Amino acid sequence: MAVSHDDLVWLAQSAGLFYLIGLSAIVLVYVYWPSNKKRFEKAAEAILHGEDRPWR
Amino acid sequence: MNAQLTKGERQIAIGILLLIVCVGLAFAGAGKDGPLGVHGFLIMASGILGIFAMINGYFNPEPGDERFDSYYDTPSKIGLLLAMAWAAFGLFIGDWVAWQLAYPDLNFEAAWTSFGRLRPVHTTGVIFGFGGNGLIATSFYVMQRTSRARLPDQLSPLFVVFGYNLFCVLAVTGYMMGVTQSKEYAEPEWYADIWLTIVWVTYFVVYLRTLAHRKEPHIYVANWYYMAFILVVAMLHIVNNLAVPVSFGSAKSYSLFSGVQDAMTQWWYGHNAVAFFLTAGFLGMMYYFMPKRAGRPLYSYRMSIISFWGITFLYMWAGSHHLHYTALPQWVQTLGMTFSLMLLVPSWTAAANALLTLNGAWHKVRDDATLRFMMVAAVFYGLTTFEGSFMAIRSVNSLSHYTDWTIGHVHAGALGWVAMITFGSIYAAVPWLWKRDSMHSPRLVEVHFWFALAGTVVYVLAMWNSGIIQGLMWRTYNESGTLAYSFVDSLVAMHPYYIARAFGGLLFLIGALVGCYNVWMTVRMPLEAKSLPVDDIPEPVATGQPGLQPAE
Repeated sequence: MAVSHDDLVWLAQSAGLFYLIGLSAIVLVYVYWPSNKKRFEKAAEAILHGEDRPWR
Repeated sequence: MNAQLTKGERQIAIGILLLIVCVGLAFAGAGKDGPLGVHGFLIMASGILGIFAMINGYFNPEPGDERFDSYYDTPSKIGLLLAMAWAAFGLFIGDWVAWQLAYPDLNFEAAWTSFGRLRPVHTTGVIFGFGGNGLIATSFYVMQRTSRARLPDQLSPLFVVFGYNLFCVLAVTGYMMGVTQSKEYAEPEWYADIWLTIVWVTYFVVYLRTLAHRKEPHIYVANWYYMAFILVVAMLHIVNNLAVPVSFGSAKSYSLFSGVQDAMTQWWYGHNAVAFFLTAGFLGMMYYFMPKRAGRPLYSYRMSIISFWGITFLYMWAGSHHLHYTALPQWVQTLGMTFSLMLLVPSWTAAANALLTLNGAWHKVRDDATLRFMMVAAVFYGLTTFEGSFMAIRSVNSLSHYTDWTIGHVHAGALGWVAMITFGSIYAAVPWLWKRDSMHSPRLVEVHFWFALAGTVVYVLAMWNSGIIQGLMWRTYNESGTLAYSFVDSLVAMHPYYIARAFGGLLFLIGALVGCYNVWMTVRMPLEAKSLPVDDIPEPVATGQPGLQPAE
């Protein structure tokens, strides 16, 4: 089946919208998931100290 | 350098270099007198040079297991020095072509010095030579430290650094001989493109292998940006450079795409080169070096993740704003415009996050020119992303497009954001890498900062003025309904701004040369006699003043 220009336009203008809304929702849920808070804070702090040599 | 390679790696290196010599020889034969032949000899020469370097230290003792106790920083060191060298070269060419625009006689009537050939030498020199080497060098540095993992082996990161620079040399020498695909920022021809693909895939694999044996389960956000940079640039590069060479003995190729599809593919590539080369990678740099230098964690780690995904998913669709009022379907243009506007959200999130990180460390920004480079970079990042979203609006674009406003916008980003964050990161990383207490001269960092800032401001203001005047002159009609000004009229009006622009560029170049001197002197500085191992990270020291002594 050949995909026509109109099919692509339809896909971009409908499914594309929900795809991006869906992605935004996933990102926001991940970022604000309460149990992730500690991990993020630890990551932000971690680069400031204790990295003078590789872990073996 | 050989001393850090194991015996096996030295043998593999010689094998790879022999292969490179063979390929060069084949090109030299097939290309005959054409540019491909010249490049064949160049490839061969670089291979032979590498073999000599390898044989020279071949019988050096192998590195012992103690190497696993430290990070492998040689590729970062080489990359940073090459970045500075490319900065001097690329900025010099850029300023030369700027003077050519004001005084066309400065092309000296040779083919290779004409504006059309030197301009891509400038853009490739600064973007890929300076920016790319800075990104590769800092990415290895940051990845190892944030993962607390040493690079997986000694050879492949060196292959990436040297291979990448061979690509850059092939690119700029090619332009001077008239070799170009005539796609902006993707000018190198098919053989250079294939070489870059090999180098880039190796780069990606090195990164993944380092990640694979990291200590921290969570990957620090700077690495997300570096990874996006590496992955997306690979994808863009491969798709936009799909082409069929005329023959294996010819440098010339024809793109797989034609007409408006070619234009759309090119600007999908072109704008994402801005997004993932000139933004994502440098944001990675900022998210590591700025908190580190300021001694403060990121203001909001959550914001950095939100802006990461925002930038990644929105930028992908913004390229079509380069093709307003063209044969591209109207809805695709509108799509690009809309996504460009939405991009303001993650862009300003990133800029605000950076500036809020500094909130509470403003005294350090005042005293430390290195941190000030990074602060100004974040300000220009905010300014330029706002301007970019604004210029993507179709009606604004009708005024700005094809004028110097675009050049002003690009340089606000390239000088104000990309170069500033890179110089800041280099000034932070050089003493850390070479185990020095500070740069050779903090005062010269200060000098560089002011030259760079003054140069950027002069440049950008000149181009804003000339661009808007151009845009207005080109759309002014007289009473009889014809254009009021000829193109040459607008050109004459540009002359003073072109001189100002070239002067601004000169200031920026002088600053970079001061930086090169300072970096070189720091590297050459004798190591102070103190008990090793030296602290990797020096305490932040106020510029130009001695640090606090332990007893104070």
